[in-house]
Amino acid sequence: MQKFTQLTSTIVPLPNEDVDTDQIIPARFLKATTRDGFGENLFRDWRFHPDGSPKQDFVLNNPTHGGAVLAAGRNFGCGSSREHAAWALYDYGFRVVVSSFFADIFRGNALNNGLLPLQVSPAFLHQIFTAVAQDPTTVLSVDLEQQIVRIGADGPQEQFDIDPFRKVCMLNGYDDIDYLLSMKEEIEDFEQAAQP
Amino acid sequence: MAAKTLFDKIWEAHVVKPVEGGQDVLYIDRHLIHEVTSPQAFDGLRQRGIPVFRPAQTIATADHNVPTLHQHLPIVEPLSRFQVDKLTENCREFGIELYGLGHAWQGIVHVIGPELGITQPGMTIVCGDSHTSTHGAFGTIAFGIGTSQVEQVLATQCLLQKKPKRMRITVDGTLASGVTAKDIILHIIAQLSAAGATGYFVEYAGSAIRALSMEGRMTICNMSIEMGARGGLIAPDEVTFEYVRNREFAPKGSDWEKALQYWQTLHSDPDAVFDQEYYIQAEDIAPMVTYGTNPGMGIPVDGAIPQVSAEGGASFEKSLEYMGFAPGEKMLGKTVDYVFIGSCTNSRIEDLRLAAAYVKGKYKAPNVRAMVVPGSKQVEQQAKAEGLDRIFAEAGFEFREPGCSACLAMNEDKVPAGKYCVSTSNRNFEGRQGPGARTILAGPLMAAAAAIAGKIVDVRA
Ligand code: SF4
Repeated sequence: MQKFTQLTSTIVPLPNEDVDTDQIIPARFLKATTRDGFGENLFRDWRFHPDGSPKQDFVLNNPTHGGAVLAAGRNFGCGSSREHAAWALYDYGFRVVVSSFFADIFRGNALNNGLLPLQVSPAFLHQIFTAVAQDPTTVLSVDLEQQIVRIGADGPQEQFDIDPFRKVCMLNGYDDIDYLLSMKEEIEDFEQAAQP
Repeated sequence: MAAKTLFDKIWEAHVVKPVEGGQDVLYIDRHLIHEVTSPQAFDGLRQRGIPVFRPAQTIATADHNVPTLHQHLPIVEPLSRFQVDKLTENCREFGIELYGLGHAWQGIVHVIGPELGITQPGMTIVCGDSHTSTHGAFGTIAFGIGTSQVEQVLATQCLLQKKPKRMRITVDGTLASGVTAKDIILHIIAQLSAAGATGYFVEYAGSAIRALSMEGRMTICNMSIEMGARGGLIAPDEVTFEYVRNREFAPKGSDWEKALQYWQTLHSDPDAVFDQEYYIQAEDIAPMVTYGTNPGMGIPVDGAIPQVSAEGGASFEKSLEYMGFAPGEKMLGKTVDYVFIGSCTNSRIEDLRLAAAYVKGKYKAPNVRAMVVPGSKQVEQQAKAEGLDRIFAEAGFEFREPGCSACLAMNEDKVPAGKYCVSTSNRNFEGRQGPGARTILAGPLMAAAAAIAGKIVDVRA
């Protein structure tokens, strides 16, 4: 997993609420057996017509917007547990998703893949959308160490929460699995003790 | 000793070690895997050069991608075939039991776990699939995980998890005739919204829940995830024990007695405290249908589509536009093109019996294509033994072979763009049943009635 410390980037606004993982990556694209290449089909049915031509009104096809930050409406990532959603966002180039609320499984999947699910207050999210609408070159600065997110060079800023364990993992690029593997003995002891 | 909830009791019994920062190392008793969310996890093990830690606690099946006709023949679609073959190879290489195509126990992962007695009270169960919550019906902590976590469980039989908050939803009273478990859960989700239980694990309680069969309880727990909850569970009781008794992998003899003794302790203490509680009166629940593109957008079948959503906003309008509906419209009388009876929500024998009893001696409307997809090989066999397949065939329904099928349309069972499908599955997301497909969620009885009438009807009328 790649480390994440800080990032300053322009923002792709997607104000839709309840964006489910079937929209992020439709099921018919889950047939791959590796983690690569899912970015191509990110938001497939919102992004492309059935004949493969781009839907001009979808934000990813709008040259005005771009960047490594996706700002989305509340309850982002609900629905299916498919980690392919996090892979697709990452593969496309996103490193941060900002929303006022994330679905649980998506949040975990994102964190396990170096994609920061950044939860801000509804008011702050609204400020982000307003700022981007006024000026598409507005940047968002994220400092994970300090847990601070700021709009523009000197715009409003907000402190954000992240589980301390997850923070350490993100900052250092650790996977849970490394940690769990280091606990083998304790796990075996637990199994022994649990045997009736 | 402080009063504990059922959830607390099971969780605490599985904590290997608390970790600084609020996570627990949680031991997983059973791990279910399928072809779609496991290949990258096995690759991870290979890259690390490590084995599956407890292969005997891992069970595999092929369900998401499989065709539901001619399962004895090789899969035609190359990518699906590749993925299913990959699962077979991985299971062979890592020593995991596979109930794949052609096996008498193959079926949807959340249908076969319970019917084989793999799912038992007090366990922790995970699967790379959000509807793992289904198993909670047995008084089990069961939840869906991502592929990285599948890899973690394969490697260590453990997960790092933050303990969710506790919610209890009590449904008391008696259901009106024509109202089923599916209607209870669609009613609950409509009340709480698609995100209303995020961060929680839900216990369902109350006399209306107690009165349900295991099939009904599974339908309820199955859809916990649709209101954002990590999972749902129901305290085990005689109904549960009778269901588990004598199943293939259920404890036998003195092991059974010992297990039973433990299972009987699995309930929330009378004064246990929940972070959030809701009360619902069973008499207030009507047969439900959804009108929008998330499962929280449900109304009583005789109700009207709201003028604006509780949250308001563009997402509501976008949703109605996708569905081709307008605010204030009635759902009754809306034309239906497809009916799908299946999925891990409603594909068990009881669901098929309910639908068959309704359609017996009737014939589907000419404008409808109706599919019945049993949840497992065993359900299929049972249905055939009871003659349900013939009843469906005589009513003009296709009775197919088991799999996820049109629930997520990864195989060829798709609903065409713009068409309306009354579906007993759990998700009405845009494109879920095929690009452009419009899904109306309902219970098996309402779905059967819609197939016969060719439009949305009220089964009570
Ligand atoms: S039936 Fe549908 S919801 Fe259930 S496991 Fe299969 S795809 Fe998932």
